[in-house]
Amino acid sequence: MSKLLVSPSPHVKSGNTTTKVMLDVIIALLPVVVASVFIFGFRRLLVIAVAIASSVLSEYFFELICKRKSTIKDLSAVVTGLILALNLPSTMPLWEVALGSIFAIVVVKMLFGGIGKNFANPALTGRIFLFISFSSAMSNFTSKYDIISSATKVDTLTGATPLEMPKEFLPSLTDMFLGKYNGCIGETCKLALLIGLVYLLVKKVITWHTPITFIGTVFVFSWILSLCGMDIDPVYQILSGGLFLGAIFMATDYVTSPQTAWGKVIFGIGAGIITVVIRQFASYPEGISFSILLMNILTPYINDWTRKMPFGGKKQ
Amino acid sequence: MLFSKVHGIHVKHNKFTANSSPERIPTPALIRVPTQMHIGAPAVPVVSVGNAVKIGTLIAKGMDGKLSSPIYSGICGIVKKIEEVKTSLGTTTYINIESNGENDIDESVVPPTITGKEDFIEAVRLSGIVGYGGAGFPTYAKFNVPDGKIDTIVVNGAECEPYITSDTQTMLLEADLVIEGLELVMKYINVPKAIIGIEKNKPQCINSIKNAIKNDNITIKPLPALYPQGGEKVLVYNTTGRIIAEGALPLNHGVIVINVTTLASIAKYIKTGMPIVEKCITVDGTSVANRKNVIAQIGTPVKYLFDYCGGFKTEPKQILYGGLMMGNAIPDMEAPVLKQTNAVLALSESEVKIPEITECIKCGTCYRTCPLGLMPFEISRAYKLNKPEELEKLKVNLCMECGCCSYVCPANKELVQQNKLAKGMLRTYQNSKKEVK
Repeated sequence: MSKLLVSPSPHVKSGNTTTKVMLDVIIALLPVVVASVFIFGFRRLLVIAVAIASSVLSEYFFELICKRKSTIKDLSAVVTGLILALNLPSTMPLWEVALGSIFAIVVVKMLFGGIGKNFANPALTGRIFLFISFSSAMSNFTSKYDIISSATKVDTLTGATPLEMPKEFLPSLTDMFLGKYNGCIGETCKLALLIGLVYLLVKKVITWHTPITFIGTVFVFSWILSLCGMDIDPVYQILSGGLFLGAIFMATDYVTSPQTAWGKVIFGIGAGIITVVIRQFASYPEGISFSILLMNILTPYINDWTRKMPFGGKKQ
Repeated sequence: MLFSKVHGIHVKHNKFTANSSPERIPTPALIRVPTQMHIGAPAVPVVSVGNAVKIGTLIAKGMDGKLSSPIYSGICGIVKKIEEVKTSLGTTTYINIESNGENDIDESVVPPTITGKEDFIEAVRLSGIVGYGGAGFPTYAKFNVPDGKIDTIVVNGAECEPYITSDTQTMLLEADLVIEGLELVMKYINVPKAIIGIEKNKPQCINSIKNAIKNDNITIKPLPALYPQGGEKVLVYNTTGRIIAEGALPLNHGVIVINVTTLASIAKYIKTGMPIVEKCITVDGTSVANRKNVIAQIGTPVKYLFDYCGGFKTEPKQILYGGLMMGNAIPDMEAPVLKQTNAVLALSESEVKIPEITECIKCGTCYRTCPLGLMPFEISRAYKLNKPEELEKLKVNLCMECGCCSYVCPANKELVQQNKLAKGMLRTYQNSKKEVK
């Protein structure tokens, strides 16, 4: 008889793996991809393909050069590329898309030690990098849903997102919900994003805490500001920009968000407040990426503050 | 802070042998009895090579003045060899007894006379009974409590580990003995109330015990079928609502926890005077040809159990004492059945997968699953960074090593193993701090 294996307990595993978790995220994003391509055309698919390919390849080559074990089969690079692409306008030059992916993977993820070690969400930081480097390309949202007709088109409004539009040009709430307006690839169709959210919740990949408190805070805070006499519509605030995409897919990133339930709530509320502050009082029209990034930095502290006393534990 | 719910995992129950009444295996040609099967000091051999022994003959007595437990021979024969054996838990003395094929019972086996609490505790000590929940804590030591301190006995009939059904057999076939044992304990230790916790997935056990109960100071509490219901802290919380504090024992909270099979054994000993020499054991696992429950003498090498069950249908890759979640892997088939063994499992290659360990993605699933709300991923980090003061804050000392964290981890980290190591690191640190003071 061959030798018996002696290993520590437990001798059974749930069978869950990082790859399966990442695959679930990809599946949850599929409705967004489909809706986006269906509404806006195939150029978007090209941007997504370039972003994913350059993410995976840069992780592969980085690990090859550094003589590390390849981790591309955990699919996390695919998720990074996909989420980054969904954060970009479809008109983005492809080389800029690739550069964003390489920055996200190499600088934000691999230089900090690879999967599980980065302090900021790679896709989101990649978006900020592109936003700062190529700000005109990042806000060029020409598409077949140019709401503002050519007759009234003013240069400064070309391809503006609803966040920057004067009130009379705003799309209807139904269009906002279904995604028939200008915006980044994955931001516009709220219906598809919500399907993704439900999928992730059912599969227990994420918990409700961050998405609900994030979106809820943006709504409540905007509503309070409107009561104070500011020109702000809470419903448009939650339906426009990258709020749903950010709250569902980026603020819930495991590595860069708190693990405790209260921590997730604080993360959501904090990100919500910062978003509204940036949208209303800063020079950028959109504040999702910055708000999540700032909360990413606070994550270790939030985790410490919200640590629960284990069952039966006594304070020292 | 109050806990609303204790978490856990839904691990496949695999209770294939739930309806298999235990069968007595033929007397083995040789038994190998270790002197350390319980928590505490090892028993001291009182026989030497060449001595004749019968069923129920004392072969090793409990160490005087220490927490210990006596050991008796399960077969009739001759002491062949007394040897030191290295096991994963250290070096232990093994007494090897060769059978002579007879079934003579030792003259010392007579029912004990019990007049009061002291007699009862001494009888339980002499019976050699240890906790069958897994750790093997000598049962008599649980009863050494001042009168009136204990108000509830919590009976563990959870049997939450996959595969194991030996407690199920006790509850189905010996329900009367369980209640008899429980009433004896309640009478002599002077405890007014008892709660029996049984997982909801065993309705037939709940029924059987319910029919055996004659007094209304004994109640049954159906527990959710969620591993680890049988964990002491979880069980006490789910039956009484009491939280066992850090560093405290159940008795500090007025509770004694005792397993159903332990109770039945106490009742049997008080009736017959036959000490613990045999055990009902579940023989199962994907490699076993005919899975069943068997009764085997303590010290029987596990190969006899598998032989009785028709050998192996596929080559076993791993043999376990106990369940999949907390069982120990044994190195060879000569390893004997212990007092607290409730199952031996033979797992085939397909069931023994060692998955690839990847980086922690900080998903927090281990934290959300831990019945005690510990943070295994943080403990693992603090342990690797050699930070015992951090481990102290994370309360790793509370870990009951149930293994839920390792079970759910998508990175397949050996979290519970790291918890065990971290507990050791914290103990060393706390001891050195005490010395400085």
